[in-house]
Amino acid sequence: MSAVDVVVAERRLTRRSRFGPERGAWLLFLPAMLPILVFSVWPLLQGIALGFTNATAARNATVEFTGVENYVELAGYELFWNSFGIGLIWAFSVTIIQFFASLSLALLLNANLWGQGIARTLALIPWAMPPVIIAIMWRLMLHPTYGAVNGGLGAVGLPDSINWLGQASTALPAAIVVGVWAGMPQTTITLLAGLQGVNAELHEAAQIDGAGTWQRFFSVTLPALKPVIIAITTLDFINNFNSFALVYVLTAGAWGTMLPMLFAYNEAFRYGNFGLASAMGNVIVIVIAIFLFFYLRSQARGREA
Amino acid sequence: MRRRRFSIGRMLQYVAIVLFMIFLAFPLLFLFTTAFKSQRELQSPDPQLLPAQWNLDNFTAAIDRANLIQAAGNSLIVALVTTLIVVAVSLPAAYALARSRTRLRKLATGWILLSQVFPFILIIVPLYLMLQPLGLGNSLGGLVVVYVVWSLPFALWMLQGYVASIPVDLEEAGAMDGAPKWRVLVSIVLPLLAPGLVATSLFAFIGSWNEFFFALVLIKDEALQTLPQRLALFVGAEGQVQLGQLAAASLLAAIPSLLFFALIQRRLTSGLLSGAVKG
Repeated sequence: MSAVDVVVAERRLTRRSRFGPERGAWLLFLPAMLPILVFSVWPLLQGIALGFTNATAARNATVEFTGVENYVELAGYELFWNSFGIGLIWAFSVTIIQFFASLSLALLLNANLWGQGIARTLALIPWAMPPVIIAIMWRLMLHPTYGAVNGGLGAVGLPDSINWLGQASTALPAAIVVGVWAGMPQTTITLLAGLQGVNAELHEAAQIDGAGTWQRFFSVTLPALKPVIIAITTLDFINNFNSFALVYVLTAGAWGTMLPMLFAYNEAFRYGNFGLASAMGNVIVIVIAIFLFFYLRSQARGREA
Repeated sequence: MRRRRFSIGRMLQYVAIVLFMIFLAFPLLFLFTTAFKSQRELQSPDPQLLPAQWNLDNFTAAIDRANLIQAAGNSLIVALVTTLIVVAVSLPAAYALARSRTRLRKLATGWILLSQVFPFILIIVPLYLMLQPLGLGNSLGGLVVVYVVWSLPFALWMLQGYVASIPVDLEEAGAMDGAPKWRVLVSIVLPLLAPGLVATSLFAFIGSWNEFFFALVLIKDEALQTLPQRLALFVGAEGQVQLGQLAAASLLAAIPSLLFFALIQRRLTSGLLSGAVKG
């Protein structure tokens, strides 16, 4: 080895270390980390802490640490638990219906049909729209007199004057349909990407072994898709439980659609009970965490078996 | 590729997919046609899907009454400034994140996931209390601050994926030729990163353009309201009776997002985001 080679090799080594993991990485990361720490992590910690105080919107009021007082109050706060129940019904219904509808649509989009390109583009429409506009659009669709839904029902001779968003019996189901509509593209595209990752050879092998369409679906497709299914249903559930804008514009929480986020928003910014609203936030986090824990654990167990 | 066969099963598949398409696309079509109908036609006892006369009165009236230009201006400023800051800040961070295998990576990924779980209410109350004394309480500046931290995690995640897809060998080759590091970054990494930067900035822009909750809490001044805020107000006020105007205003406000998705839909369907979800 000549001296030149050694120098080159040495230089390469030092160069490599300049591009590899290095202390400088922290410096590059700082401009992004600082705002996140100051305006996201710190407020979040404060928010958790506020849940244990009597903070209000009133100026110059002293904020006192009140321990679990907020939670004792919440325990007997029937309206909050009502809202919580509505939130669970909403989040579970939307997530589950969305999942089955999206899985069917993803399978269809993956089934080598004519017009697939157009169908895929159309399937993205709800994704392209802001929640406030989705809600306005569906208010028009569901309008008791001029809406397309009642118009369609009337055209086939069914009752056509239903005030979908204006009565307790239909407001929540209608809102759930809108929720499913709004979230379908993400779920569908994610599942479609997962489907395209399913090993085609495995499919063919199963076909040669005489497995029918359904059998192949349950024994090849579904197991391969499972990690994607778990990821997307988990994300959907969290998003749906924390949903705000859609229902705020649809019904403003009237007629049994007061989702927990709407309730907490009113508590904080309409009535000024910052401490109590934060406590609600804490309760919501814990309940979501519990659900996710059991869901993910049961899925992990299923994988081992 | 399997051969397309015609059977009852196939027929049912076509029926199902057409029903899905109607469900997903019809509401937008309805919004579109409603926006072009005159008030008289909207109230006609025998409604038709397509307007008898396509007229633009609703659009001009909506722009006027809901003061859409002002609100769109506010939304535009907030979304543009947010996007610029997000990209400027997340570019170096994404590079560091993608190229280092340190604790940094785990920490950042952990935060990105965690920030999804926490309900907004826990963050917005302290933020509201924090921004008031800084004079950012009821201002577009405050909204930019919130949107920046709100879009950063996802932008960072997206962008680092793009960086990671650029082989380190390319950079090393540049370095071997004796180019200083900044030159390697500017002339090798940056051009390759351009599509990723465009996609990330579009996401940041649309996210801010569409956002409603934070604006609702922070902005009290009518002159500072963003587009979604103005529209939500319009629903409760004149939108109750002026359905055509409401539809026209909504349609106008949705145009940027619709254009954006039309632009990137190929990438979306080819699984751009599946990586992000699986990541």
